[in-house]
Amino acid sequence: MSGYTFAEKALARAAGVSSARAGDVLDIRPDLIFSHDNTAAIRKIFLGFGAKRILHPDRVAITLDHAVPAPTTLHAQNHAEIRAWVAEQGIGHFFEVGRGICHQVISEEGLILPSEVIFGSDSHTTHFGWLGAFGMGVGRTEMAALWATGELWLAVPQAMKITLTGRLPNGTTAKDIALRILRDLSVQGGQYRSIEFFGDTISTLSIDERPVIPNMMAEFGAMNAYFPPDETVFNFLRARTNHSYTPLYPDNDAVYEAEYALDVSDLAPQIALPNQPDNVVDLDQAIGTPIQQAFIGTCTGGRYEDLVMAAEVVRGKKIRSRLIVIPASADVMLRAAQTGVLADLISAGASIATPGCGPCMGNHLGVPASDEASISTGSRNFKGRMGTTDAPIYLANAYVVAASAVCGMIVHPDEVMS
Amino acid sequence: MSEHRCFVYGDNINTDLIFAGKYTYTLRTPEEIASHALEDLDPTFAQTVQQGDVIVAGRNWGSGSSREQGVTSLKWSGVNIIIAESFSGLYFRNCINQGVHPIVCAGLSEKVKRGDTIRIEGGYIIHDGEYYAIPPLSPSVQAILDAGGLAPMLAKRFANE
Ligand code: SF4
Repeated sequence: MSGYTFAEKALARAAGVSSARAGDVLDIRPDLIFSHDNTAAIRKIFLGFGAKRILHPDRVAITLDHAVPAPTTLHAQNHAEIRAWVAEQGIGHFFEVGRGICHQVISEEGLILPSEVIFGSDSHTTHFGWLGAFGMGVGRTEMAALWATGELWLAVPQAMKITLTGRLPNGTTAKDIALRILRDLSVQGGQYRSIEFFGDTISTLSIDERPVIPNMMAEFGAMNAYFPPDETVFNFLRARTNHSYTPLYPDNDAVYEAEYALDVSDLAPQIALPNQPDNVVDLDQAIGTPIQQAFIGTCTGGRYEDLVMAAEVVRGKKIRSRLIVIPASADVMLRAAQTGVLADLISAGASIATPGCGPCMGNHLGVPASDEASISTGSRNFKGRMGTTDAPIYLANAYVVAASAVCGMIVHPDEVMS
Repeated sequence: MSEHRCFVYGDNINTDLIFAGKYTYTLRTPEEIASHALEDLDPTFAQTVQQGDVIVAGRNWGSGSSREQGVTSLKWSGVNIIIAESFSGLYFRNCINQGVHPIVCAGLSEKVKRGDTIRIEGGYIIHDGEYYAIPPLSPSVQAILDAGGLAPMLAKRFANE
């Protein structure tokens, strides 16, 4: 008999059964569930069931991050409702305005460990695969059901194996790997499978780079994405939690429905053109496109190293376009303040805002006007994503985004840095 | 035993073809949503579909976006059973949660033609004298379906507490 995939092992564990196969339907009891500014809407559905108490409030995390600090009275009221609910239900893990974006904060807090299952009412919950966990996005009704019952039914997904080999050349990042996968296999490529990564590239990626790839597997249509956890991950967690865990790894003879391999050693910087994250070309082909705004931020591209990359590029220069920098969390912001990275960015003309999602989905803190082009370290460039349908969005790594801010058009970072 | 008229479609039909993205925030009532079901794939569907009709599709029905209207637009058109060679996992999950029965059935979509009638009886789909087994769902999933979806099931459960 063949071996098991990571998804088969992790979901069997979370369902309390000895083994499971792709296609089996299980009742999964996740280790942690979370929501964000959409919590008030979920509460309405929950109360609509006639439910009154959240079954395991200690397994619930809530972050205020999608529109923070509140841009309008309506948003403020939404936040106030959520705070009252958190107090009433005794929610175990609540993170206030300014603490950061859900995926980043939950990782930093060490709330999710290798082998665990986490469901979030946010499509980028695939993010947590960087820790060797099973992360999956759910709908609002499903989250309300999880609050009420602590479990959710699920068909164990088929799996896909992606092997990454080689070391990234200078100037390219994990972001370029994610964009290259989308370019080669399209936004449909994931087919709601468990995307399980292998290969020697993974151990060369830093803590800040790793989440980028599982995070963007949401754009790939994956159910979850998985990196095999190693010493880098264990060390990260050692500083954050004393809970013990047993990491899970897929068996060598596990069955994968599809396979794809990428040698990253001569990967060029990639860029997604409007309006889909798989509309990707080599950066060379977009050079010279004027942009009005550059954005370093989001759960995909707002970590400390992204800010460092941007600072390296803009240090001692003045930017020509607007540059919005929104750290993914307060920890990221504090570190960037302590090391002088924020000072470099501010001196070059960047504006810095409160950790959170910012303009990523068009809420506030730097939405473009009609016909203004943006370049962003985020994950989505759908039509209208940042607020208006006639504002084109380009996606690239932080070097490229910062260099483009310096020139007011899309450029290769070498041009600015040499 | 029940009898159902079939609408037949091919492989890889995505949720944008089932319910166009441009309507997701503008249409709200079940009638409005149903009136645009399958519009970009089969413009005659919404006018001709009747209560109890079923969809018979090829592989990977409901791929793409997670939007629930991909299921509810059909449900509100009268479709309570969708048969396919295979489903996108997210669409399958949405079906159960909305109380629409997704049946994975190999081979039927090549045999059945638009307008044919199938019978469903004793765990089988019967078409043209051939029997196709309906794969059983786990008891907890069957319970959601029997209740009409996730929200009604939980409403019932908490009403009894
Ligand atoms: S930063 Fe953007 S992609 Fe990430 S959780 Fe916030 S809105 Fe979603």
